[in-house]
Amino acid sequence: MAYRIEIGFKRGIRNALGEKIKRRIIEHLQLPIKGVETVEVYTLDGEFTRRELELIAKGPLRDPIIQDYVINAAIARQFDWLIEVGFRPGVTDNVGKTAREAIELLLDRPSHSFGVYTSKQYVLHGSINKSQVEIIATNLLANALIERYEIVCGKTWDAKRGMRPYVPRVVEEGKLRIEQIDLAVDDRALMKISSERMLALNLEEMKTLRAYLQDKTVIRKREKLGLGKKMTDVELECLAQTWSEHCKHKIFNSIVSYREEGRPVRMIRSLFDTYIKRSTQKIRKRMGDNDWCLSVFVDNAGVIRFNDKYNLVFKVETHNSPSALDPYGGALTGIVGVNRDPFGTGKGAKLILNTDVFCFASPFYAKPLPKRILHPRRIYDGVREGVEHGGNKSGIPTVNGCIVFDDRFSGKPLVYCGTAGIMPSVISGEATHTKNVCPGDLIVMTGGRIGKDGIHGATFSSEELHEGSPVTAVQIGDPITQKKMTDFLLFARDRNLYRAITDNGAGGLSSSVGEMARLSGGCELELENAPLKYAGLQPWEILLSEAQERMSLAVPPEKMETFLALAKKMDVEATVLGRFTNSGNFHVLYGGKTVAYLSMGFLHEGLPRMQLRAQWVPPKHKEPDFQEPKDMGRALQEMLGRLNICSKESVVRQYDHEVQGGSVVKPLVGASNDGPSDAAVIRPLLDSFEAVVVANGICPRYSDIDTYHMAACAIDEAVRNAIAVGGTLDFMAGLDNFCWCDPVESEKTPDGQYKMAQLVRANMALYDYTTSYGIPCISGKDSMKNDYQIGDTKISIPPTLLFSIIGKIEDARKSITMDAKKAGDLVYVLGETYDELGGSEWFAMHGYIGNSVPMVSARRARKLYRALSRAIRASLVASCHDCSDGGLGVALAEVAFAGGLGMEADIRKAPYKGKGRNDYLLFSESQSRFVVTVHPDAKKSFEQAMRGNVIREIGRILDNDAFKITGSKGQIIIDENIQTLKDIWQKPLKF
Amino acid sequence: MTRKVKSIVITGNGTNCEMEMAHACRLAGSDSTDIVHISELLCGNKRLDDYHFLNLPGGFLDGDDLGSAKAGANRILHVKIADGKEKLYDQFIRFIRDGKLVLGICNGFQLMVKLGLLPAFAGSYNDQTVTLAFNDSGRFEDRWVYLKIIPDTACVFTKGLRGAYLPVRHGEGKFVTKNAAVLRKLHEKNMVVAQYSGRDCLQAVMDYPANPNGSIDGIAGICNETGRLFGMMPHPEAYLHYTNHPRWSRETLPEEGMGVAFFKNAIQFVRSKDF
Repeated sequence: MAYRIEIGFKRGIRNALGEKIKRRIIEHLQLPIKGVETVEVYTLDGEFTRRELELIAKGPLRDPIIQDYVINAAIARQFDWLIEVGFRPGVTDNVGKTAREAIELLLDRPSHSFGVYTSKQYVLHGSINKSQVEIIATNLLANALIERYEIVCGKTWDAKRGMRPYVPRVVEEGKLRIEQIDLAVDDRALMKISSERMLALNLEEMKTLRAYLQDKTVIRKREKLGLGKKMTDVELECLAQTWSEHCKHKIFNSIVSYREEGRPVRMIRSLFDTYIKRSTQKIRKRMGDNDWCLSVFVDNAGVIRFNDKYNLVFKVETHNSPSALDPYGGALTGIVGVNRDPFGTGKGAKLILNTDVFCFASPFYAKPLPKRILHPRRIYDGVREGVEHGGNKSGIPTVNGCIVFDDRFSGKPLVYCGTAGIMPSVISGEATHTKNVCPGDLIVMTGGRIGKDGIHGATFSSEELHEGSPVTAVQIGDPITQKKMTDFLLFARDRNLYRAITDNGAGGLSSSVGEMARLSGGCELELENAPLKYAGLQPWEILLSEAQERMSLAVPPEKMETFLALAKKMDVEATVLGRFTNSGNFHVLYGGKTVAYLSMGFLHEGLPRMQLRAQWVPPKHKEPDFQEPKDMGRALQEMLGRLNICSKESVVRQYDHEVQGGSVVKPLVGASNDGPSDAAVIRPLLDSFEAVVVANGICPRYSDIDTYHMAACAIDEAVRNAIAVGGTLDFMAGLDNFCWCDPVESEKTPDGQYKMAQLVRANMALYDYTTSYGIPCISGKDSMKNDYQIGDTKISIPPTLLFSIIGKIEDARKSITMDAKKAGDLVYVLGETYDELGGSEWFAMHGYIGNSVPMVSARRARKLYRALSRAIRASLVASCHDCSDGGLGVALAEVAFAGGLGMEADIRKAPYKGKGRNDYLLFSESQSRFVVTVHPDAKKSFEQAMRGNVIREIGRILDNDAFKITGSKGQIIIDENIQTLKDIWQKPLKF
Repeated sequence: MTRKVKSIVITGNGTNCEMEMAHACRLAGSDSTDIVHISELLCGNKRLDDYHFLNLPGGFLDGDDLGSAKAGANRILHVKIADGKEKLYDQFIRFIRDGKLVLGICNGFQLMVKLGLLPAFAGSYNDQTVTLAFNDSGRFEDRWVYLKIIPDTACVFTKGLRGAYLPVRHGEGKFVTKNAAVLRKLHEKNMVVAQYSGRDCLQAVMDYPANPNGSIDGIAGICNETGRLFGMMPHPEAYLHYTNHPRWSRETLPEEGMGVAFFKNAIQFVRSKDF
């Protein structure tokens, strides 16, 4: 029997959520709505008496001060329209789950005897018609992929009767089936198998599978276990997953022939080995005994030493495709997913910070959108909220981040989520940064249960889903289940109850157990033991499911009992799924019967290498021909209001950036707590002043000219951001995160060779600049298919490298912020400005790209950074702000208004090599520059400390609101009020 | 001999400020401070009776899925200790009746309110009369706020304090009373302890963002009649050292953060009492 409990606000109580929805309907959809109220709906599926329903409604569900409830009737009375939105079957319903647990406690009744499903009603007032209501439902309130909605007209409403209960229970045919797939077929048939089953394997790879099953020794072994010459679906799916681009980074490990005019063809055997790994090796060798890298590239995240007792762990990932389909769920899963990387590194780390970088199209995008693309504003809001819930509810501070806008991100937004953790360097006498699994250790899965979540990920299209079938395309994270699990696992870790831990992300058990089995040399996995969300999963689905909030562990048999007892006590599900062996085989069973038997060597090393071609032809863009504007003050105002430059405060404030108590440099700083911080500093150990600095660099616009310089600038930006708050080159590690458009030449991608060359060039820069700065990459990630293609419309993202830095600051009290501090302080510009406006915001504002992309001189930058770090450590610097988007002009203005103080500066004094145009000098995006303010008493020492570097004093901080810039001819070219400038800078994204 | 003060910080099910809350207790001089996972209480390994100062930290109990701390309150009300003799709630009530101290911050304050522990007029602990509703802005916000601390309340934790500057980090912090009578009673009985204010910490304010959530009369924190139970939305445990202050790099501040005083008052009170 199904019952509905509806909870609504009492008359006179303000419904803030309803007001927010109303604002969005008016602002996003331009529909005339008078009011919106919301109603929470709980649908209970089970046997309940009226008294019990009353207890439930009055107890955990309703807040008696502000809410009313009704049972099997309706709260909504008079309205024009009502939209009810609920989940489709199988979609994670976190609120439903919590309600179910609460009812279990309240009624002392086992939770498997009933179900709870939630939905939400939006009660609309206003004269709009049915098709407008449809627009509100589909374009704002419900995502058809994961949610269903129902529209009710107020004229036909019967409040006594209300709406009928709808139970989105998963109904699946539970027949167990192991398919046998014959691979002894011709090439065409092989490719048909690959495409029909969505394996994403190419012919070469399919042929390798075919050959594997023709090996006589292989067949003999298989026959003993009841398998034959055919491949089971479990094996095929497992191989396809293991050999996917996502897991094996096929493009980064391919053999590339790189051509560039006037140069010999270069053969590159693996971009990863050649440029990324080799750079780190070189740097580590140079560091010798001082090498603080502990684990690089081999685990879920990189590990470096923090001090004698603790290590730092850091990882950044993306979750782009899911966020395009379901921005909220995709981003939420992205953040709680990357949390599990440092958590599943070595023995496991406690999570101390998140850093997020988003790339979106303009939220004000007004052109028609291609099919199936959500409006950028909806993606912006959804992603922001998903990361808010994932981060805040996990109790991890979101300390830093940025948002980049470019309309080419409309097809695929980029959602970079990063997490750092800290772990004791030794637990029970063992180092924590390495992983070890012994034959005989038990395979244990903890956390959430397995459903069809995320199987084959985003390749499914919504049209193929039918009513009653679980939604597999999108997953929704559950931060609280994960928090409970991580609380438990940290206890278990400190009691040394397991030997190794890893996370279940892409590929689920197939990947987590498959990877850990490499350490012992094999495994035996019994899928029938796996706890399921609902019946009806096939063995291959259990193996591949990407259901969230799960970790896999290797537990020594003698510790099993204690481990399970602790899990039970802390209310976390833990299940033994088999054992690790040294048989050399990945052996999977279901109900005791073998369903997969693959040699470990073949599974992990059998993949043939791709061969790719790359050809670099430098693009030529039109040089701009606009004149220097007469009104530079107005030009500065326009620049401050650009999406890539303006304040992101409304987003930042919605992330808890202070939980855990160690916040030192916050994302918003200055006299009114609203200036844009360059990087974050936190103290992860509250009884110590040793601090962690985190910063990011990203500049996809430069890719339009040359990805070599794009990558160089991204690295430089991350480094100078970290330097600006007090970091030092002596202690910085990097993470590279490549998001590319498909660089494999094909019919769909005729310009693949160019895109591949762009990838090669970015890697070359990565090598050159990381080695030159001495910043080892410790981990990284790539996402190579960020294209949208439906019909003839193709939207490819600009090639994007996010470079993230984690470093150490010995004394948090020596870190500094970007805001001007005191009237009378001297303003310096550090670093040379060139007419490097190619790909700049200034050119973009005028509709040009140009060609003179900023270039980084690592030698000069390195010297400057070292000197500046020393000056900051010696407390000679009052404020320091990096120059990036919008150049010197924007940086000077930000320093002034963040400090709530005026400034006068003569830009003729700024170090500059160029044509002498004021707009070029003010808005050039030359790299490795800072605006620094210094107390007059420190002038001498500061200049001495910086000797040998290009620096100039250009002005001073004023005790008023004036922002005055003197230009090339000695005249005042900007005379503005800092409050006005700040208002303009704050306005665009004040949602 | 002076009493050894034992503090407990409860965690689990989504609580996330336990570390800094425990740090605050230690800085304030608590002789022993235990972060205790709720499962330790439920299996009977630990008992509230063995402590003097109960800290209910911020976080998202059960994700605040049913409304902030609703499912958390439901758990404390109904869950039984493993030996079956009593409920966790019974231990809470005994702890309070013993005259010990309870501090709820943010989610901990929401929990106390929804359990009926605050304001609990005349010791009626199971009767919810106020709540913390969604912020008027409709969003979670992290921002620092100025607080007026009412001087002549019974509140143990705010003795000697006149004002404070602390961060709020919540989506549901709008203080609302059941009716006007409850609000009047809170004022009359001097149970309103902290109000959002302007920079001077003198006048309660209603305007956003100084009053970050639209709380009625700017109420940020209240105590019970004895002053031993205190709940507040802003986070004193988030300001334990000057480097936590958002403007520490431009202002001269004392080494110790303003939040420590709340905990020092608590520890001092416990030290001076017999239970």
